[in-house]
Amino acid sequence: MISAPALEIAVLLLGLFVLLVEAFATKIEKRTLAMIAIVGLACVLCASFFLAPAPAAAASGFWSFYSADPLALFFKRFALVTTILVLIMMIDYAPIVRQSIHGATHQSGLGEFFALPLFTCVGLMWMAAAVDFVMIFVSLEVVTMSFYVLVAFTRRNPFSLEAGVKYLILSALSTAFLVYGITWIFGVTGETNLDRVAAALGAGGVEEGPVLLGMSLVLVALGFKIAAVPFQIWVPDVYQGAPTPVTAYLSVGSKAAGFVVLLRVLGPFFILPQIQRLLVWVAVLTLLYGNLAALPQTNLKRLLAYSSIAHAGYLLIGVVSFSGAAVAFYLVSYLLMTILSFAVLVVVANQTGDQIENFNGLSKRSPFLSLAMLVAMASLAGVPFTAGFFGKFFIFDAAIRQQQTALVIVGVITVACGFYYYLKVVRAMYWETSTSDEAVPLSGLSRATMIALMAAIIALGVYPQPVLNALRPATRSPASAAR
Amino acid sequence: MILLFIVFCPVIAALVICAGAPARRTALGASASMLLAAAGAFLAFDHAEQGFNFVTSMPISSEWRLSFTLGLDGLSMIMVLLTAIVTLAAVWFTGKIVRHENAFYACLLLISAGAMGAFASLDLFFFYAFHELALIPTFLLIGIWGSGNRFTAAWKVTIYLATGSFILLLGLILLYRSVPEAARSFDLRVLQTAAAAGQIPVEAQRHIYLLLLIGFGILISLFPFHTWAPEAYACAPAPAAMLHAGVLKKFGLYGLLRIAVPMLPEGARHWAWLLMILLLGNIIYVGLVTIAQKRLDWMLGYSSVMHMGYIFLGIASANLLGINGAAILMFAHGLSIALLFAVAGQVRERTGTLVLADLGGLGRVMPLGAFAFGLGVFASIGLPGFANFSAEVLVFFGAFRNGADFGGFHAFQIATLLALWGVVISAVYMLRAYRATFMGTISEQWRSVADLPGRLRTPIALLAVALLWLGFFPQTFVRILVPTFRNYFPTSSAQFARSGDSAYTVR
Repeated sequence: MISAPALEIAVLLLGLFVLLVEAFATKIEKRTLAMIAIVGLACVLCASFFLAPAPAAAASGFWSFYSADPLALFFKRFALVTTILVLIMMIDYAPIVRQSIHGATHQSGLGEFFALPLFTCVGLMWMAAAVDFVMIFVSLEVVTMSFYVLVAFTRRNPFSLEAGVKYLILSALSTAFLVYGITWIFGVTGETNLDRVAAALGAGGVEEGPVLLGMSLVLVALGFKIAAVPFQIWVPDVYQGAPTPVTAYLSVGSKAAGFVVLLRVLGPFFILPQIQRLLVWVAVLTLLYGNLAALPQTNLKRLLAYSSIAHAGYLLIGVVSFSGAAVAFYLVSYLLMTILSFAVLVVVANQTGDQIENFNGLSKRSPFLSLAMLVAMASLAGVPFTAGFFGKFFIFDAAIRQQQTALVIVGVITVACGFYYYLKVVRAMYWETSTSDEAVPLSGLSRATMIALMAAIIALGVYPQPVLNALRPATRSPASAAR
Repeated sequence: MILLFIVFCPVIAALVICAGAPARRTALGASASMLLAAAGAFLAFDHAEQGFNFVTSMPISSEWRLSFTLGLDGLSMIMVLLTAIVTLAAVWFTGKIVRHENAFYACLLLISAGAMGAFASLDLFFFYAFHELALIPTFLLIGIWGSGNRFTAAWKVTIYLATGSFILLLGLILLYRSVPEAARSFDLRVLQTAAAAGQIPVEAQRHIYLLLLIGFGILISLFPFHTWAPEAYACAPAPAAMLHAGVLKKFGLYGLLRIAVPMLPEGARHWAWLLMILLLGNIIYVGLVTIAQKRLDWMLGYSSVMHMGYIFLGIASANLLGINGAAILMFAHGLSIALLFAVAGQVRERTGTLVLADLGGLGRVMPLGAFAFGLGVFASIGLPGFANFSAEVLVFFGAFRNGADFGGFHAFQIATLLALWGVVISAVYMLRAYRATFMGTISEQWRSVADLPGRLRTPIALLAVALLWLGFFPQTFVRILVPTFRNYFPTSSAQFARSGDSAYTVR
């Protein structure tokens, strides 16, 4: 039996190990580092199924910062899977990193490129487990710090630099908001642990104004993380400029962690109706902005950036409707389909470019890649028998249960918008004729990953139960069975 | 088992074709065996069975009481039969495909699988999901192999249908939620029992019915949501138009007949006035628009929209007569419109145009084509002897009878009288189009046009014989439809028997 915090420590050690190997074994092929990282993370993922139960009622000491509930465990696995997939993508992306880094050897810089995601992963895992504002802040910073470097990693590319600067400035600003918000909440309630904050708020005698102010400031920071309107301005530029695997990581890992924290933080505050009303508005604006702005895009990375804003809107519907399970399922489906589309994008962009027109006639050049993209786009649009459909289904069901009529109406209209811009990619691949007939090379590992992702999308689209089970505390997961 | 085979045969065939099997032969084989299986199911159909035949079930989610359940009753039986016949005809009529031949056949089969799965599913979720599955193949078929303004048409049909589907999904989720916790299920049979026991509150019925009416209405091209249909059918390759207009569009009507009207009788009653106005829009307004068409494919597209009005009328009448008529008309219209689109596609292949003013006298060089098109035209108009006639008669009688006990004219009766004019309208546009295409003097450039190849006689005969058979022996279907409708319409028909309340009566 392994204690829960050991997982993060293992990943952290793995990251340090990779960095040391990179520093001392200068002669080796750097891609082996990525393989080491992938294998290591896979081992941690396996280990997460043999966890010792967390102390049941001991919300004191360490355990008042750190939770090992099913939600945390679920999102730790989520972070691990995302990181593994991103590392696989990074291997394909390595040639581009080499081109855009000044250096003596042809593989300088690659080692760090493969090591940094491990540190991000640690941060994401801590974020999933954090139940105290201090812990939330620290883990959020761990994630953000590593992303600062990753976003600006291909530093000969001016777009990447621009993205890095934008991300740095806006992220730092949002961090400031977070700290300021936490201070207000701490000032009123005298607590940073979420449960105790909830208890303090429930006990009454707390001034509502400062709490609302503090909570709104925290929401600003989290809105930045999950790319909700009006804190979405950084998203298109950063997504377009950052190295593609990092973009995928930002749009999946960072967003998922943001939502876990949002779910946890909102718990104590949902007794205040103002917060819920505020979130409904944020959700409506995010849905409208993300979907409408995605319509005219011609660059696939930008399109996916706006689509990620749009999906934040759907996820927010789930948050407002108090449905943690719906949000979790949606995030899983979002993980699968977004990573799949970015994986195809990396391969195709290596050869031609990341404009949608670069995908013209892809069905001729590589039937496999275009099929993978078709599955990803169909799932993002929400076609049945894909995971994306069940995601939307659960979200809308939760909203209907909570009688959020306005959200449901806006959601349905924007889903129809989604069909337009996702099918634009399909149109390019299947209708348009290609300028070159050159086949697109694809490594065996990427092909296997894509097949696995496609299979998972379709399997979850037919049989969603496994994910729903994973979240339920009552199920006989090893953790609870041992109790 | 036989149902599993019928539903998954096209899916598997499509996968095999994608993997590189000879496309046309595989598709023909798959659709022929589908038709054989469907015919076998029809013959083996147990009329005495109160519920559903051939039920197979596989649980998916216990939490949501969701399971993959297939089963047939009289109504779904004839829809499955229709799907099988039209699929075979559509595959057979597919000519030489220049680009991506395999993908074309795979898309056709996937549309067929979507329709088949939707008709055979006893589970709301899969009923919905199978239909949505056909959306992407439709988009690709129109976009890649279409003609004319195919890009616009493909976008339009996809966005319209996606919107309609999601509105429909909301309605279905609301329906699922409106039933008390204990009876909550996606299983149609369970929901039906709950509805029959009056467990769906009246207020909820009204909301849900409106959502379903709009959702299904968009899919069926109910006026004023019909504008996607003519353009899509005009631009789609003929086999796609055959499958979509003939079969897939019937999904919405099937949904109204299966879910909206029987489960939400109060909602249906509440919104009857709205449906009545909209269906008259379909029959009269769209009918007149059809007359104005200058191209054969657009004319056919609009005519298929217009004929939906009759089926709506049958459904709105909500008595046994009218509903039987609506069900048989769905079948008959599916066959006749498929025949018309097939021949029109052949004409386009040979002449390269479907502008009525440019055509003429083609009957001389294409006798078989003219004959087949003529059969379709007369069936569409509803000439006695064709299935459409027997069905339309049932619809009109059913609608007229609604409220016949009252002194004054009932709104249904006024609507029926107006709708009867639709028959005249459809005779005008169909016969005019026939004359413009096949009669009159032939222009020089069409002298060398070849007739339909002899191998196409089989699919034509398949469609025509089915139309004629039902025209002379509608009893074949009525026999299996009546017990079905008796089974699940009991509450609503009782309520509708007294639905001639004063609100709809003109004194």
